[in-house]
Amino acid sequence: MSKTLIRGAKVLGGEPQDVLIDGETIAEVGTDLSAEGARVIEADGQILLPGLVDLHTHLREPGREDSETVLTGTKAAAAGGFTAVHAMANTFPVADTAGVVEQVWRLGQESGYCDVQPVGAVTVGLEGKKLAELGAMHESRAGVRVFSDDGKCVDDAVIMRRALEYVKAFDGVVAQHAQEPRLTEGAQMNEGRVSAELGLGGWPAVAEESIIARDVLLAAHVGSRVHICHLSTAGSVEIVRWAKSKGWNVTAEVTPHHLLLTDELVRSYDPVYKVNPPLRTEADVLALREALADGTIDCVATDHAPHPHEDKDCEWSAAAMGMVGLETALSVVQHTMVDNGLLDWAGVADRMSFRPARIGRLESHGRPVSAGEPANLTLHDSAYRGVVDPAGFASRSRNTPYEGRELPGRVTHTFLRGRATVVDGKLA
Amino acid sequence: MKRDLISAADLTRDDAVLILDTAEEMARVADRPIKKLPTLRGRTVVNLFFEDSTRTRISFEAAAKRLSADVINFSAKGSSVSKGESLKDTALTLEAMGADAVVIRHPDSGAPHRLATSGWIGGSVVNAGDGTHEHPTQALLDAFTMRRRLVGVDAGLGKDLAGCRITIVGDILHSRVARSNVHLLTTLGAEVTLVAPPTLVPIGVESWPCEVSYDLDAVLATSDAVMMLRVQRERMNAAFFPTEREYARRYGLDGERMARMPQDAIVMHPGPMNRGMEITAEVADSPRCTAVEQVTNGVSIRMAVLYLLLGGNEPALTTPARTEESK
Repeated sequence: MSKTLIRGAKVLGGEPQDVLIDGETIAEVGTDLSAEGARVIEADGQILLPGLVDLHTHLREPGREDSETVLTGTKAAAAGGFTAVHAMANTFPVADTAGVVEQVWRLGQESGYCDVQPVGAVTVGLEGKKLAELGAMHESRAGVRVFSDDGKCVDDAVIMRRALEYVKAFDGVVAQHAQEPRLTEGAQMNEGRVSAELGLGGWPAVAEESIIARDVLLAAHVGSRVHICHLSTAGSVEIVRWAKSKGWNVTAEVTPHHLLLTDELVRSYDPVYKVNPPLRTEADVLALREALADGTIDCVATDHAPHPHEDKDCEWSAAAMGMVGLETALSVVQHTMVDNGLLDWAGVADRMSFRPARIGRLESHGRPVSAGEPANLTLHDSAYRGVVDPAGFASRSRNTPYEGRELPGRVTHTFLRGRATVVDGKLA
Repeated sequence: MKRDLISAADLTRDDAVLILDTAEEMARVADRPIKKLPTLRGRTVVNLFFEDSTRTRISFEAAAKRLSADVINFSAKGSSVSKGESLKDTALTLEAMGADAVVIRHPDSGAPHRLATSGWIGGSVVNAGDGTHEHPTQALLDAFTMRRRLVGVDAGLGKDLAGCRITIVGDILHSRVARSNVHLLTTLGAEVTLVAPPTLVPIGVESWPCEVSYDLDAVLATSDAVMMLRVQRERMNAAFFPTEREYARRYGLDGERMARMPQDAIVMHPGPMNRGMEITAEVADSPRCTAVEQVTNGVSIRMAVLYLLLGGNEPALTTPARTEESK
């Protein structure tokens, strides 16, 4: 059995400790542990976190292997400190059958860099008309529990109600992409001062908030759980806060980019800032940070959305929506939440590992860093400062909004069930 | 030194006055028997039109030809994507052909900005209307028309539009003409009021340097110029207003309303007009309506813009130093 000793790591940001990995599990956590027979990693005060879990990743395979594959996407995930990602269903073909989710699951197993938990589509072809075979996807080897038409909203209230009810049978959750379609026809960016000046079609906050309001009420009515994808507005935060105060089973995620960037960046007309939901205002950004800090928003999810260069190297309206995010997520969270004191590292572990794993019902991820637990771990050098250079990304795509921006911290090591997937900042 | 004309917001007061003054010189050329200057001989101007607009295209074409430039008309109808060729590849093609200036009309807001800032092209970029964003040369020709009429052809030289009260009526939400005019006219010292049904005013308009009114009758008596924007009938189908007739009743300019404007006030329209919709025939054909004059002035303004952007030794649209001198 191979042993690894991580020496002097601040576990969840606490006092430096040693962590001994034996095989696939954490054997011991303590001080002055024996290094005998073990490979030693001098953590030297770096932050040790449970392996990060992403509830919202677009791996693009099958269908758009020109932008990402399961292999390149899981490499990017490992490089970003993730040990589990949820692969969204909007592939070609859509992951709306047991066959497709099993294919994605198997590709994840083969990659070996990061566990891939497929998300199943709620409706056939993401068309919002007819429920996909949710039960079959759950019973498949992929064991799907999270269902989402992400990219499209389940806008029909009856279909949404039925989906919420139906997944109760196997403790599933519907992850809603909250976007009222009629209010967002031709939408290109956040509707507000900047869209008025730029003459770009507006995506109003109310198009997100009205769907969230409806869906938390539906979830309460049928006694199911609903998860809100990529919350982006201050108003959405208020609705989720209210729903939680009622004791309803509502969870929500925020993307790293919505914690940092605003619609002012669209003034450049550079499509690297084109994303759905769109970048909002400073007031929204601050409300989202506060909500993540107080737990109203449960977790950070990347909405990693790779696109080939040509889909961004064009005029704004013709460009694809989305940004890659796996490899910069933890740095953005450190920058927007930790370095300013809104969240400590234990909080980061909670929002980027414990809670998303619980929402996805992943049993071997999001576990405490203690003896006997699976050795899914991320070592993060929070003192590092560097400029984002997409040329160094493991992802097949380069559509990052952070190119040339200085961000704090870097993942130095990632362990998936005891095996190092990242060593000294490089893929193993 | 500016190289491109993308947004009216990029023009300082002195830039704008220089363009208007230069356009006056160009207008005099039009009165000569031979309406041609040798200024841009050997230079190539490409009219790159991704959207049908014969009026704007021939105006730029006439302007470039009167300055002796070689003109290439590149009509790429429909979106670049549906055509299969990207804006980038089109731009690289034009660059390879040695375009000194690209006049671009595009259905997508921001396309000229992308063209000018992406490094795809080395020549000057002139925005001839992009989506629902801007149409800066239209605003310049509007300001030129206003200055001639409200200040005077000769008296206006070197002057701006300080104190002029301009009302712009119609589909502000979708209007690139309105956006450019708000920027330019306020830069030139005019007071601008936008009039439209609330459905056709953009969310976020409160940050614009102008007033907004939902009541046309309330502002007519204090308007030195009333600019009527074309309102597409299709807007009715998206519930922006109930019927054409209701729109015309509440926001159309008819003879009775025109009579309540100040005596020397003018009526403007960027064309093409929807007679019977936003403007009645009586108003459109009255001597107070400058629609045809605006077309003539458009050529002078576009000559001035091309001349200043490409005019060799002349600084384009003034450097800061030049701005000081011209005061």
